[in-house]
This record gives sequence, C-alpha cells and structure tokens, in this order.
Amino acid sequence: MNMQSKPLLIVRNLSCYYGSTRGCEDISLDLRTGEVLGIVGESGSGKTTLLKAISAQLEPDSGTVHYRDRRNDSIDIYEISEPERRFLMRTDWGFVHQNPRDGLRMSVSAGANVGERLMAVGWRHYGDIRDEAIGWLERVEVDGDRIDNLPRTFSGGMQQRLQIARNLVSRPRLTFMDEPTGGLDVSVQARLLDLIRNLVGDLGLAAIVVTHDLAVARLLAHRLVVMKDGRIVETGLTDQVLDDPQHPYTQLLVSSILQT
Amino acid sequence: MSPPSKPSFDTAYNFAYLDEQTKRMIRRAILKAVATPGYQVPFASREMPMPYGWGTGGIQVTASVIGPDDVLKVIDQGSDDTTNAVSIRKFFVRTTGVETTEQTETATLIQTRHRIPETPLREGQILIYQVPIPEPLRFLEPRELETRRMHALEDYGLMHVKLYEDISRFGHIATTYAYPVRVDGRYVTDPSPTPKFDNPKMDNMPALQLFGAGREKRIYAIPPYTEVKSLDFDDHPFELPEWDTTCALCGADDTFLDEVILDDAGERMFVCSDTDYCARRRAPEAAE
Repeated sequence: MNMQSKPLLIVRNLSCYYGSTRGCEDISLDLRTGEVLGIVGESGSGKTTLLKAISAQLEPDSGTVHYRDRRNDSIDIYEISEPERRFLMRTDWGFVHQNPRDGLRMSVSAGANVGERLMAVGWRHYGDIRDEAIGWLERVEVDGDRIDNLPRTFSGGMQQRLQIARNLVSRPRLTFMDEPTGGLDVSVQARLLDLIRNLVGDLGLAAIVVTHDLAVARLLAHRLVVMKDGRIVETGLTDQVLDDPQHPYTQLLVSSILQT
Repeated sequence: MSPPSKPSFDTAYNFAYLDEQTKRMIRRAILKAVATPGYQVPFASREMPMPYGWGTGGIQVTASVIGPDDVLKVIDQGSDDTTNAVSIRKFFVRTTGVETTEQTETATLIQTRHRIPETPLREGQILIYQVPIPEPLRFLEPRELETRRMHALEDYGLMHVKLYEDISRFGHIATTYAYPVRVDGRYVTDPSPTPKFDNPKMDNMPALQLFGAGREKRIYAIPPYTEVKSLDFDDHPFELPEWDTTCALCGADDTFLDEVILDDAGERMFVCSDTDYCARRRAPEAAE
C-alpha cells in the first residue's frame, strides 16, 4: 500500500435526495490503492445509496466523484461519456451485490458468467476464455468441473463466489461490495470473508465494503466510516473506531454486539 | 399521366393496399434503414388483413416499394408454392395487378420467408425478408431500453456469450438459423430466421436487402455491396452446414436441402429447398 500516492478515489460533498427524503448528505472520503474501506451503519442510514452514488449507478444531486484511472488521469465519473463509464465499470471496477442473482446472468453457465467481461473487451478465442474462467473458478474455490453448470445449480455461497470471480476476471483496481456475506450461514460467511481478504491482499485491490455486520467490517476493512441518517458520524482506522468509539451512535452500535 | 383505361387490380383498395401516406411513412423508414445499415428503424406498423406471423412486416415493405412495372416473386422456405407464398402472391396480384414469376433472375422484387434463392441476385433487385424478432440480443437481454443502448454504444460482448454457451453445451456453435451478423462493421443484426447457410450470400450482395418486422414494428436494411460478417470465435470459426447426401431430385451438392418424410417407416429424402432452382436444373427447357 503506497500511502504517498494520490488517492484512487476522491469523493467530495456528495449528496443524494429521494424527493425531500435524504439519502446521503455532504459525504467526503478518499480511498487509496489497496485500501479496504468499510461503510457501516444501521438499515436506512444511506450506506447503499452512498455506494451507488460512488459507483456511477445513481447520479448524485450535488458533489463530485473523481477516480484516478490506469493512465493516472483524474476523471470525474459523472462527466465522462457513457461508453467510457461503461468500459470503466466492467474493466477497472467490480460490483458484488448482496444477492448473487442481481450480479449473475442466471440463464447462462458459470463459464459464460466469468467470461462475459473478457468477451466484452474483445476476447475472441474460446479456448483462452475457458482456461481463464477455469482458473478463476478454482481461485474462488469452485471446482473447475462445474464450469458448464448453470448458476442456479450452485449453493448460495458458491453463487456468491462465482459472482466475485465474474467481477475479478478483468483484474479491476476497485471493487464495490454491498453486504457480500448477507444471507449466508455463519460457516460459509467465514470462508467467504477469508477468501475475499486473501484476494484483496493478493491482487492489491481497493474495495469499498458496505455492511451492517461489524464483525465483517473488522475482518475486512482497514478504515471505517460510520453512517447515521445519511451523514458520516465517525471515521478512522477500523480497530480504533471499534475499540474506542467516540460518537454516541458508534458507541451504541459497538455495545449492541454480543460480547463473547 | 393518363390513367389506364381499365386497372388490372381490385380498385376497391388503393394500389398495393396501403394508402399513400402510409407508404411514404414506410419509405422514409426504409431510407433511414438503408442509410444506417443494420440499424433497426422503428415504424408505425399497420394492421394488415392477415395475422402477425404471416409476414405482415415484409408485406408492408413490399407494398411500399412495389410499382406497376415490378415483377414479383414470393417464396416461403425457398418454395414458391407453399401456403404463405401463394397467399401473399395472390394478395399482391389482387391489389396491384403486377406480373409474378417463380424465376429468381426475372423478378425485380422477391419477398421471402427465411431463404435466399440459390441463384445469385443481381443489381437492381430487392430482397424483402419477413422478420419475426428483429432484435438479436432479445433472448439475452429482455429490456428493450437496454438493448437499444447496447446497440448505440456498440456494446456487443453479450452476443459472444450466447455463442460461448453453444460451444460449451454442444462442442460447436449450434445456432443454425438467425445466426447473428455484424453489418458494415457496426450494427449486430439478426438476419431473420434465415438458415446460417445463407449468411455468406448476404455479404456484398449486389441486391438491396430489406427486413420488415410487423409485430415488432421495425425495419432494417443491408444496402448493396455491404460487408456482412457472421460472428464467431478465432478457434471456432463460422462454418456452413453440410449434408452427406445430394438433392434426390436434381442431384445438386451445393444447395440447402430440406428433409422430406415419405412414410411412417422412417423413409425420407433430401431435396433442394429452393424449388425454382431445383426444377430448372432438372428440366432447363420445360421451366420456360
């Protein structure tokens, strides 16, 4: 992690409203290469709205999002043209949905799911696409023999891992994850978290992880942002925020976890 | 212009059934389609006196471009004498009085359901296809808004996902009809349910190719001498289907063959799907 370099992502004064309802308000944050930022907060605190606004899926009412691309140019993700934005979203970025069905193409095989990004950027050699897909399936601990199976024949945990492989195949520099372990049982959650943590470390990936589960945040995130009612109430290093919370809401959040 | 003393068609209807304003509207859509090869132009498709699925799109296109001097040929799966072909031919005879033919080279307009004649087409001819589903991405991406955006942005990776699926399931590209093509290096286009055997004929064809989809309300075109490339993979190139037999009637070994079941015992024969081509190979003199 190179802390001297310029941030990969710079968010400034971002606000989103749904009519008169506040989605998120006046959010500013930086993310550096290889850094994992956790966004925590209760349901309805604006976590997902913020993630959508940062990941070019929901145009904010005010504020800017700047991304430093592979040529080291800073680009405003809402100023670039739609083809450029689409290209960015499926090469340099990944998006892992809470429900794998939202992120997968359920009617085509696992191999086609993993290969889609490759074909979208011009891969035209079936054998190469397939080899790459098998490599990625095994990397996320899915048996390569399952490459021709439909995702619906996979278990929930496997679907989630398939979704991760589908995103990482283009070797993104930044991944957005919305509750990546939501809806999985505890043992599967633990394995998935382990996998994500290793992949992020191996690939030098930057990630923004939205979660309401503080245990997930503690395992994955280097830094934490705590949100309440659409605003950031506290930020800091993960251990610092969780072990010595300053804001009353964070204190409430931390104290509400069952202590083992 | 002096009106003909006795019109040769049923004057209860306007010439070619559609009213002149409708024909102008369709011609404008055709012009736009020709100017942007492979792009699906929306048009205000009319109710026709036959059900959707019987070629209402092709008929509207034909009705808009047909003139009294045209010679019309109508084929259905390559055949001049099946129900669809016969009824559409009768429709135009009744509403326009034009001359009809079964000979590919004599015709100026050819309306087809699915096949391209085996006889090469020439400049000045127009081939009109009846199209059920004009959108090649439809079964991969059901949202029309999204497919239009994908066309606009040349975002065609998904088309190869379909071909990938074919190979992973069947070991080869198993799509045999409606095989996606890229027109003029730009738009990915569905060549109607035409067998992929005919795809190479579309490439650099001297004749104008027009496509009409009545229910879906789309017109698209491939102008003469336009590059039409079938999509494929480097290690699984586009291949033509092959038969291990020749036409049982005329012996041709380079045509698209139909399988005809002869009895309940499984007897069958393979014959040319292009009846005009086959008949004249058998009796060159008798056909004319």
